[in-house]
Formats: sequence, C-alpha cells, structure tokens
Amino acid sequence: MLNNITMGQYYPVDSRVHRLDPRIKLILTIVFIVIVFIARTFLGYAVILAFVYLASRLANVPFRMLLRGLKPLRLIIILTFLLNLLFTTGETLWLEFWIVRITKEGFMQAAFYSLRLVFLVIGTSLLTLTTSPVSLADAIEILLTPLKKIHFPAHELAMMMTIALRFIPTLLEETDKIMKAQMARGADFESGNLISRAKAMVPLLVPLFVSAFRRAGDLAMAMESRCYHGGDGRTRLRVLKITKNDWIACGVMAVLLALIILEGIFL
Amino acid sequence: MKSDSRVQLNDVSYSYEEQAAPALSGVSALIQPGEFVAVLGHNGSGKSTMAKLLNALFVPTEGNVVVCGYNTREEKLVWEIRQRAGMIFQNPDNQIVATVVKEDVAFGLENLGVPTEEMIPRIESALSAVRMSAYADKAPHMLSGGQKQRVAIAGILAMEPSVIIADEATAMLDPSGRKEVLETIRTLNRQKGITVVWITHFMEEAALADRVLVVTDGQIKLSGTPAEVFDRVEEMREMHLDVPHMTALAGELREAGMPLRPGILTVEELAEEVERLCPLKSAT
Ligand SMILES: Nc1ncnc2c1ncn2[C@@H]1O[C@H](COP(=O)(O)OP(=O)(O)OP(=O)(O)O)[C@@H](O)[C@H]1O
Ligand SMILES: [Mg+2]
Repeated sequence: MLNNITMGQYYPVDSRVHRLDPRIKLILTIVFIVIVFIARTFLGYAVILAFVYLASRLANVPFRMLLRGLKPLRLIIILTFLLNLLFTTGETLWLEFWIVRITKEGFMQAAFYSLRLVFLVIGTSLLTLTTSPVSLADAIEILLTPLKKIHFPAHELAMMMTIALRFIPTLLEETDKIMKAQMARGADFESGNLISRAKAMVPLLVPLFVSAFRRAGDLAMAMESRCYHGGDGRTRLRVLKITKNDWIACGVMAVLLALIILEGIFL
Repeated sequence: MKSDSRVQLNDVSYSYEEQAAPALSGVSALIQPGEFVAVLGHNGSGKSTMAKLLNALFVPTEGNVVVCGYNTREEKLVWEIRQRAGMIFQNPDNQIVATVVKEDVAFGLENLGVPTEEMIPRIESALSAVRMSAYADKAPHMLSGGQKQRVAIAGILAMEPSVIIADEATAMLDPSGRKEVLETIRTLNRQKGITVVWITHFMEEAALADRVLVVTDGQIKLSGTPAEVFDRVEEMREMHLDVPHMTALAGELREAGMPLRPGILTVEELAEEVERLCPLKSAT
C-alpha cells in the first residue's frame, strides 16, 4: 500500500496506526474531539496528553510533527489565551495595574481553553499524518453514503478529492513552467510591494486557469469514454476491511472516554 | 459478441452546434476485425470528431455508426460500446484519473462494476501486456510521457476491448516514447487481434498500418494500403499532407526517368529497388 503522494501532512511510514481502517480512524478522531470538549480538569488533560503521546509513539510519528500543526494556528491560540486571561471575572486577584485585572480564575480558564485548542489540532493532525489523503477520501465517501438518500453527493465529493489530489503535482509542475517562461520574458515575481506582486501574478494565473479548464474538459471526456457514469453500480479496487487492530483502537478510545466522563463526575 | 467486432460508418455526418460547416459529411467506412487502420488528415480535417463518434462520445447528426454490432444511437448501449471500443487521447496527463497506476487501470473496471477479486488478475495482465507491471504502485506524475500512455492503454485493455482508438496518442511524446507506444499497440494488434484505429500525423507511423484513410474537410478522400495512398504524392500535397521521405524521393527519381516500382515506403525498399535497376559492378 505504498502511496507515493507526499502531499499535505501525510507522514509515510508503516505502523499499526497507519494500517487502521481510515473509517475507524475518522470516527475515532471525532470521538476524540468530543472527549477533549468534555474534559473538565487539568488531570483529564494530563490523561489526554499521555494518550496522544503514546499514540504518536505507536504511529512512528515524531511528537514534534504533531506540534508542527499548531504553527499556523498560533495566533488564534495566543489570542484565545489573552482574551480569556483579561476578560474573565474572578475572585482571587493576582495582578492589577491600570485597567488590567489578572485573576487566578482567569488564568485557569485561559490555560484551559487554549489547551483545548492545542489538543484539537494535535488530535486531527494525528489523523492526517497517519492517513493518506486518498484513503481519507475513501473513508469520507463510505461514511457519507447513507446521506445519499437525501441526495448528498458523497461519491462525487470523494471523486473530486481524488482528482484534485491527482492533479496537484501536475498543476504545480505547470505553474513552475509558466513562471520560468514569464521570468524569461522579464516578469518579476519576487520584488516590489504587495500590490505590484499581486499584479505580477496575473500573467501566471491566467494561463494556469486556462490550462486547468482545458485539462478538466479533456479529463471529463476521458472518464466518460472509460464508462464513468457516477457512483451507481460502481465497484472498487480498494476495499476497506476492519481488522482486530481496529477493534483494539476502539476499545482504547472507549476507555479514554470512560475515564474522562468519570473524571467529570467525581472530580 | 466477439464474432462481429467490425466498425462501420454508414454515410455519417456530424456538425458541432455553433459551427456552420459540418465537421464530417457523408463518411462511410468499414473496418474489419483485427485490422490496423491509420487515419491521416491535416489540422481541423475531422479526425478527432470521427474518433469520438466511434466511441459514442458523439452521436452522428446523420447516418449511423455501428461498433461490434451496436448502433451508437441507442443510449442503453453506450456503456457496451465504450467497453468494446476503448479510446486513448493525445495528452497523457489529462486521461489518468487515479493517484496510483494500478488504481487508474482499475478505473474502467470499477465503472463497469466488475467484482474486486476479478479486477486484480485483469489489472495484472493488462499491466504486463504493456510492460508496466513494475510500476503498478507508482504515482502517475512520476512516469514519462510514453509510460503514461502505456498506463492509459492498460486501462483500456483491462476492459477487454475489441477495438482501440488512439487519437494522436504519440503527438506529445519524444521519439523514444513514440516508438514504445506504437510498438505496444502493434503487438496488441498482432497478438490479441485487437482492431486499431490509429489517428496520427506522422507519416512513418501510418506507413506501418494495414490500411490508411485520408480525411480532408470532413470527408474520406483516399483509402488503401500505405503504398497505394502514399504513391499519390500530388494528391497528398494538395491536401497539405506529406508522404514518407522515401516515397517522396522515389517519386522524384521516377520523374527524373528512373522506372522505380510503386509503393516504396522505407529506406530499405528504396535501396533494394535502386540496386535492382542499376546493380553495382563488383570491383574486380
Ligand atoms: N468542440 C467543438 N466545437 C465546435 N467546433 C469544433 C469543436 N471541435 C472541433 N470543431 C471543429 O470541427 C472541425 C474538425 O475538428 P477535429 O477536432 O475533428 O479535427 P482534427 O482533424 O482532429 O484536427 P487536429 O489535427 O487539429 O486534431 C474543425 O473545423 C474544428 O474547428
Ligand atoms: Mg484532433
């Protein structure tokens, strides 16, 4: 099952976590999100942290890879922390100057909410790091299949995702080619202010869009000529199978869920 | 239905909606099972339109196209026809759907609803027929143009077609890729008896066919063996088409007074003929 796509976040190593059924992984990730939301104490978060750490070890994914997912969201996390810190009303005063009042309760809540965000990001990163985008598309299609009854385009959505994944390398290559061609004609993509740089993108984007539309037309024709007629009556080469590992993973997640619920009741 | 794997065009015309002049008008042809037919014609002569009619991608405005006994007019038969008459397009990038080679080969089978267990051996044999087995798990964007076209051929082959239609399948390839793809198709034609409709503008490729059809302004103007067609150098010139270099040279030699036989296509044939007319005096 070697997938040569080195795209997005996928971390292509072999592990028990990688081999889990993508449907199960997707569902378990949703359960994990729920768990993060119902955790009430820092002890609960400590348990969740231990769980995530062990899962990353089991997945052969370095823990810092998980943390990398936080980088694009750092601003939001810091903002969450600051807003909660400053605007939570509390009793135990820690610090007061000018109009700023920092209380113990405010600090606790700020830490709690920003940790919640951190865990949400780490949990979903664990999914995308250990599941190739194509398997994810598969999982989404199968899980959404019941929605077909209300005319939700589950198959079409997954097909779109696969085609997008298939064409990203092709379009990147093409972008590179056009960029070089325009640079040879004196185009400058690097210097100048934001506006002049945005202007420089126009001669890049126009040919790229034109070619993408032509490709789409060609591909539609090629797909039709290979008997493509939507998802009805379609079989698949890749069949997903639930194994013992998947049941174990479900069990572990159930234990985590139980622990967090108990912690909410008794602490 | 293997018994009738002929391709028939009966007085076929086709007009694009926004176009005043028809792209094809009154075309008739009969392609026999196992035949390798090359289609030549200058830009805009209607070759691609003809190819799409053979695959039920288009339905003729007038006349009938019958593939393997199925009329392309009957909507219910569209999938039967497309399974029997597979099509390869010009741009290798724009006809590969999946992110892994073997999954792309599976695409047609998945659409036909073939059970998974049956798919695997069919994919394997299709890939080995185009000598791409070693690339089954690779990503298509890592392959060369010729390899991509061979994957496209495997994708058609897995559907077990009787006819393969190639619309300038070698036009975007380098010489070695071109040779690779043409040889693959010729082998399939000879060994599996698959009928081939080979649209091209390379005269050297057409010279290898059993029969050549020349399309101009939406009509078949010439039809015959490569030797017969290419000997009509003047007519070909009028249609803005070249003939293979050796045929052209033979024509000029003939005009200069050398009584060469007709139907010369390759260097070897020309050399042999010259040798026959003026044997080299062995140096004693
Ligand atoms: N989608 C279309 N809409 C309108 N007219 C079209 C369309 N495609 C082709 N035509 C016209 O139909 C005629 C035949 O086109 P066709 O693509 O069959 O030619 P061709 O022989 O394949 O040419 P080429 O060698 O350039 O591929 C041309 O005059 C062309 O302008
Ligand atoms: Mg064409």
